[in-house]
Order: sequence, then C-alpha cells, then structure tokens
Amino acid sequence: MDGENREERQVTVKELMDKQIFHIVNVGEETDRQVTGVFCCDLLSIAMGRAPADGAWVTVMGNVNTIAVATLADVSCVIMAEGAVLDEVARAKAKEQGVTVLATEEPVFEAALKVHQEIHG
Amino acid sequence: MAELYYDLHIHSCLSPCGDDDMTPNNIVGMSVIKGLDVIAVTDHNSCKNCPAVMAAAKEYGILAIPGMEINTSEEVHAVCLFEELKAAMEFDAYVYERLIPFPNKEEVFGKQQIYDASDRVCGTVPNLLINASDISFEGLWELVRGYGGVMFPAHVDKMANSLIANLGFIPPDSQFVTAEVKDLGNLHRLKRENPYLERCRIISNSDAHYLEHIHEPELTLHVEEKSVGAVIEALLNGVAG
Repeated sequence: MDGENREERQVTVKELMDKQIFHIVNVGEETDRQVTGVFCCDLLSIAMGRAPADGAWVTVMGNVNTIAVATLADVSCVIMAEGAVLDEVARAKAKEQGVTVLATEEPVFEAALKVHQEIHG
Repeated sequence: MAELYYDLHIHSCLSPCGDDDMTPNNIVGMSVIKGLDVIAVTDHNSCKNCPAVMAAAKEYGILAIPGMEINTSEEVHAVCLFEELKAAMEFDAYVYERLIPFPNKEEVFGKQQIYDASDRVCGTVPNLLINASDISFEGLWELVRGYGGVMFPAHVDKMANSLIANLGFIPPDSQFVTAEVKDLGNLHRLKRENPYLERCRIISNSDAHYLEHIHEPELTLHVEEKSVGAVIEALLNGVAG
C-alpha cells in the first residue's frame, strides 16, 4: 500500500516559492500558510464554488476576476501556467488583496504535478 | 453619410470591477469632453444603468446605445447593443434569470450600483454580475437579433474571456459580422489565423473601467446617418456595409 505509507509533507506557500520551481509574480500575505492540495480549472464560474480553501489553483486565466475568485475561495496561491500572464489590473488587484501569484511556462498538468510532488513526495 | 467617433464598450460602476467614478453622468460627460460621437455603456450581464446613461446622453447631446457585455456559458465575453432601451431592459431581465445565482461580495468583487438620471445611487444588484450565464455563444446572435439588437465578440485578441481563447477558434457556423479587437496591431496575425475575420467589420473599443481609459476620438465608424439605428445597421452589415 504504497500510497498510504507515502509521507505527506507540510509545504507552505513560502517554501513553494523558495523551491524556485515557479516565477514569482506577486508575494501575498500569509505566505506561511500551508498548501494542502492542487486545483486546476480555467472557468471562473466553476473555480468560484469548487476551488478548495488552502489549495494551489493552477489556471491560464489572467483576468482581474481570477484574483477576486482566489480571494473568495481562499486558495493559498494562484499559479499561472502555460506562460499566461496577469494583466495590469489583475496584478494591481493581487497586490491589493494580498494574493500570492506564481507563474510558469509549463502546461497546467505539469505545474500541478510539481506542487503535488512537493506535498506528497 | 457620416463618420462617427465611437467607443462602444464602456463599463459603469454597475460592473463590480468598474471604478466608482464611472457614473452614467461622468461617463457621458467625459465622452463629450473627449469629442466622441457615439458611446455604449455595456456592463457585465446587465443593462440596468442604461436608462440613466440614455437620459444623460440626451441632455449632453451625444448618441448613446443601450447595451450589455454578456458572459456566455463558455465565459466568452460578447457585446450586445440594442436599438431600443425597452428591448435592452427586456434582454437584461432575460439574462439576469440565467445567471449563476451567486451573491456579490462587495469587498471582494466591488460594488454593483444602479444610478438614476440625476447621478444618485438608486439600487444595487444582489447577484454577482461577472459570473457566467447559462446562455451559450452558439445561438447568441439569433437571441440578440430577437430583441432587435446586434452582437459582436469582445476583445477577440485577449487571452481571457475571448471567443478565440476560450473556444480555441471561431465556430465556422457563426453569424456575427463585426468583431472587437483590443489591440489593432494584432489584426494581421488574427486574420491570418482566423480567416473568418476577413468578412467582419473590425472595431476597437476601450473596455474602460476608469474614466481616463475611455477612448480618444481616433477611430471612426462609417454610417448612413448619425443615429442609433444606423450604427446598429452598420454593425449588422459587417464589411458589406
């Protein structure tokens, strides 16, 4: 029962940033909070109700509303995949709302997998 | 025949992301100062500030078209413009019933304020307006035509909430003949990658959420006469017009 015995590590947002796996777009507040899982979705209407609190949310949607939804769902950080960028308004909103935003050129699955591996070893 | 300086995609303070200074009177006043001939206030999934905008426009002597930026079930943004305010408000009611009923949280998304003609707040919209509706992009053209309006996909060159980014390509059975491009510098590439756009009238609007972002009088729309009907007609005719 490999999966059950696998050690689950405690990974904080700060530790995730320190790993230098992702570019740092915005350092939010509470970077000592734990990243408890990964969630992937680009439709905000779905992410809004289903992104788990404390999860890392991987998306390509760099709109100002992404940041609002991140705040609402209380995710631990947003990870922009596929080289997608936050527009200027969204970047300002991330700063204002204290949302940590990371970025990578990797596709969504690979980006999510890296976070998963950090959590689950 | 007339050439009209236009900005047909402007958000008011009814859109949660719109600045609080984007009141109907301020938008109309700023558009007049800038020297625009025709504007449309197109809030996310709502026309509820259009009555105030139309009243202010009448007073200031500028042409205003009642409209909405709808968010389809695919989260594609499209601008819908109507010849008559009454039809716009009926469309507004139709869309509001088909929004995901999710209450707005002002502290997160922003206020959704309705203004009266005297620029006073006369109400707020309870459900979050930036959400998706359950209206599909497919069929939207016909739906809007049923209200005597015209639809064009918004900012097709953007990565978020655009027809091309969200659906991957322009559905070949689409019926729209006008398309909005955010950065006209992208037009050559866009047309090469999406030949459908060759048959479209290409326009560029500000999508302003702040007063200072409303367009300067630079781009013009060629119309039969200076009227709402003629602008709608031009957008319905695409390049054929």
